[in-house]
Amino acid sequence: MTQVAEREAEADTDRRLNMIEAINEALDIMLQRDSDVIVMGEDVGYFGGVFRCTAGLQAKHGKTRVFDTPISECGIIAVAVGMGAYGLRPVPEIQFADYIYPGLDQLVSEAARLRYRSAGEYISPMTVRSPFGGGIFGGQTHSQSPEAIFTHVAGLKTVIPATPYDAKGLLIAAIEDNDPVIFFEPKRIYNGPFSGYYDRPVEPWKRFDDARVPGGYYRIPLGQARTVREGEAMTVLTYGTMVHVTEAVAREKGVDAEILDLRTLVPLDIEAVEKSVQKTGRCLIVHEATRTSGFGAELSALVQERCFYHLEAPVERVTGFDTPYPHSLEWAYFPGPVRIGEAMDKLLQD
Amino acid sequence: MTDPADPMDGKTNRPALSLHVPEPRFRPGDAVDYSHLAIPPAGAQPRPDEGCAAAETAPLCHDLIRVLGDDDRAHGPWDPKLDADTLRTMLGHMALTRAFDERMFRGQRQGKTSFYMKCTGEEATSIAAGMALAADDMVFPSYRQQGILIARGYPLVEMINQIYSNRGDKLKGRQLPIMYSSREHSFFSISGNLATQTPQAVGWAMASAIKGDSRIAATWVGEGSTAEGDFHSACTFAAVYNAPVILKVVNNQWAISSFSGFAGAERTTFAARALGYGLAGLRVDGNDALAVYAAERWAANRARANAGPTLIEYFSYRAEGHSTSDDPSGYRSAQEREEWPLGDPIMRLKRHLIALGEWDEERQEAMDRQCAEQVKAATKEAEKNGILGHGMHQPFRTMFEDVFEELPWHLQEQAEQAERERKIKFPEGLPRQ
Repeated sequence: MTQVAEREAEADTDRRLNMIEAINEALDIMLQRDSDVIVMGEDVGYFGGVFRCTAGLQAKHGKTRVFDTPISECGIIAVAVGMGAYGLRPVPEIQFADYIYPGLDQLVSEAARLRYRSAGEYISPMTVRSPFGGGIFGGQTHSQSPEAIFTHVAGLKTVIPATPYDAKGLLIAAIEDNDPVIFFEPKRIYNGPFSGYYDRPVEPWKRFDDARVPGGYYRIPLGQARTVREGEAMTVLTYGTMVHVTEAVAREKGVDAEILDLRTLVPLDIEAVEKSVQKTGRCLIVHEATRTSGFGAELSALVQERCFYHLEAPVERVTGFDTPYPHSLEWAYFPGPVRIGEAMDKLLQD
Repeated sequence: MTDPADPMDGKTNRPALSLHVPEPRFRPGDAVDYSHLAIPPAGAQPRPDEGCAAAETAPLCHDLIRVLGDDDRAHGPWDPKLDADTLRTMLGHMALTRAFDERMFRGQRQGKTSFYMKCTGEEATSIAAGMALAADDMVFPSYRQQGILIARGYPLVEMINQIYSNRGDKLKGRQLPIMYSSREHSFFSISGNLATQTPQAVGWAMASAIKGDSRIAATWVGEGSTAEGDFHSACTFAAVYNAPVILKVVNNQWAISSFSGFAGAERTTFAARALGYGLAGLRVDGNDALAVYAAERWAANRARANAGPTLIEYFSYRAEGHSTSDDPSGYRSAQEREEWPLGDPIMRLKRHLIALGEWDEERQEAMDRQCAEQVKAATKEAEKNGILGHGMHQPFRTMFEDVFEELPWHLQEQAEQAERERKIKFPEGLPRQ
């Protein structure tokens, strides 16, 4: 008996989930804990989502808690605003971040400003989940990283997890947050982290410690970065899929980089950024999104303003190119190991 | 691009296409003749059961539900049979709203505020409709339903505080005048972005249904804004989830300078759009307070019984300019207002009460005087809190509050900057208000 129990306990502490399962578990827990939580979106109900993130939730929690919607991103976000005004805590899904734009007016003009314009009479405590990012041959409309559009909007929080453990803890925190949260899920790493070498087989999450996801409720506060690895030679500010690509490059090149996974872009963990850059004196910013007016520009400006006298080299940005996301030329576009490696070399030479 | 196989080198014998750009019938200086408008007699429209199939309302989408006839009497199955006290209350709310509009318009011209919008001629579409709802039914108005707040007893002083963006402004000077919000009165925060409130109302109604509540939602949008995608989303979601919501289109014929033809009115009615979505639809004389009340009550009963949402078109006329920034003489005939065949909602209700022997001109005059005095007193009271022209009434820090529930570091830093600037700009403290 005892032996069996220990094994179960051991199995539980070593339980590993991929990011999809972690997200599913977070939604399941929040649907269970709070009867005001509602999950809705295109194909999320009976079918369980095109990425399986909501699989089984409708059967468990019922059709009025988890349901399919018409194909209308404007409608999905708008009814979530109305539900929030009533007092619910909606968790709408936008099937791909590339398709969030029809809902943009409702997000920017309504959800983001409702608390402000009503002086707190009405709030919009919704969490918009949406798969984002490239690296999957998704072409122009299944690969975009539009986070900078949202970080520019006063009143929205933007969260991007990079591991199953974080995905669950951050999603629970986002759902509990009383402000509207854009929760972007890097779909390239739903099933396993990505080194940036597209010709190598994907290693499943089960082989990585970041896939250890405790059962039950836990939360990771929004606005706190995670130090992926400590280092002295430079600070890398990144998030989402690029956390793993950057880490692989640093490891392979033997660069003693300190990598910060920002996790929340707004509100940003400015203390962690300052502390790290002031220590290393060099800063590399890496994101998949296009370069001009991307979130990297904001990060670069902040580092320049706040760490200027500690900088030993100009801040470097590695990003996607300023083009729509191409299909066949994906790996020429993607900010992979070559581009990151070159930037690291340049930073160290300066 | 020419089809290379075309022997005529792009010159075909097909007729040339032409673009139709709608044009209103009357422009400035034109004589106005409304004989093309079909105004059916009051009382002639059937009243289907509130639980009927949506399709049964099809004839009513092209008709015009009317109760008050030319004889100032109530007619037909839509007569809501309201008692005289209720009718007098309704008339009082409408008169107060008009008096309020008059004074606030003047206040804008006197520089007490930056902006105002009247609802003259459309008072019934908010007041009679609002009175047919329960006090805790949630309303998602556009910017021309101030009558709902007045009917729900929201203090005039609070409205004026908001219009003046003064010290007493509950919205802390953040919102353009008339963009009210009152949760206590189940009145949703008004947005400048048109039609966004329509699918939000549907979402609120869905939430009420999810929770097994008994409250319903009601939303108003102008006919011009029905062209927005949000309106299509609202109709679709309302129908798909059988949401307990009433969607109202106030067709006042004008969207600033664009006549209703630019929202599609040349081809069909706004009520008829209900049919394609599977919503019940009603087209109502919006200047007939009894018809408005009856239609709204029909739709409310239908929604409350889980029988489905309703789309109502209130057919009316925007008697004044779009806003204090607008001069309608630049785009429409001044005669339109005088000739409008559905008359004025306040006059019609007044004459009805007089015809019933429940009112007279002396009492009307006394009521109008009393409304003007009430507004004047509220204005004086609100002016104690300052007017917009007197400068900044809110502590600078409040500008940064309520962006988020808590102040993040970057707003904290910006708030400190604003405080520093305040000390430099006003070393002796803020100018006297």
